[in-house]
Amino acid sequence: MGWGFLTYTTGNFMAANSNRPTSPHLQIYQLPLTGMISISHRITGVMLSVGLLFVVYILSAVSGGTSSYGQMQAMLGNWLVTLMYWGFVYALFFHLCHGVRHLFWDAGHSFDKETLDYYAKIELGAALALTFIALIFI
Amino acid sequence: MDFRTPLAKALGIGSAKAGTAHWWMQRVTAVALIPLTLPFIILLKLCINAPYRETVAWLAEPLNTVCITAWILAVFYHSALGLQVVIEDYVAKEGAKIIAVWAVNLSFLFLALAALLAVLRIILVG
Ligand code: HEM
Repeated sequence: MGWGFLTYTTGNFMAANSNRPTSPHLQIYQLPLTGMISISHRITGVMLSVGLLFVVYILSAVSGGTSSYGQMQAMLGNWLVTLMYWGFVYALFFHLCHGVRHLFWDAGHSFDKETLDYYAKIELGAALALTFIALIFI
Repeated sequence: MDFRTPLAKALGIGSAKAGTAHWWMQRVTAVALIPLTLPFIILLKLCINAPYRETVAWLAEPLNTVCITAWILAVFYHSALGLQVVIEDYVAKEGAKIIAVWAVNLSFLFLALAALLAVLRIILVG
């Protein structure tokens, strides 16, 4: 491979054409709010899918009768699990709210740039409100 | 009318022919999940806080049984469809991609059956 690789560390490898335009790289480019929300929808979708494993566990524990039910409740009483549960509910409502937005987009509405941030904030607020309502009132 | 180019016809490959249905079912299940999230949250809260009898009695109400069954069907279908899209976006190798999608589909089918049978057992035996 020759000795060219030595110059790699000095950065000379770019010298041939150093002022090429570079595309906005994910690690450098600051995502706008609407972009953060978009990737969060995907991340929450995957997290919720993992959460479904717990849901199956809970249902099985209920179906196992009083003793497995008690064990399950004891485990869910743990503060870490409680924190995960709150996170799950918030993720669910966030995913739901942004999902509704997706459905509006699919119907051909609300594409104007001015409203993107505005609706993004509404989504986050609505998800928070729904989480509180769900955790406190239901 | 056939809009395919001669080259496309000669190659005989194209889309997997099921993309629209996939996309559409993701939307159908999403719409179904909006109202069904409510009974799911109620059940979840009962399981965490309520005595055994109360949870079982709630689930055994016919309307609640139907809602939770519908939620299970919609949610496992929705998430399997969703995870398939995520895998297709990030797993570039064809073999690994197919295996991953199949693994997800089979796992979620399995989980959905486990959840459904648990509900059945709760309302029949519980
Ligand atoms: C526990 C419940 C749920 C789980 C596990 C779940 C899971 C997922 C996953 C894994 C994806 C794929 C993400 C992606 O491609 O970026 C997804 C997409 C989607 N979800 Fe959910 N979801 C749930 C509830 C909901 C609800 C209640 C709605 C209500 C509107 C919804 C609406 C959507 C929509 C519209 C998409 C498609 C987004 C796109 O095309 O990028 N989901 N979901």
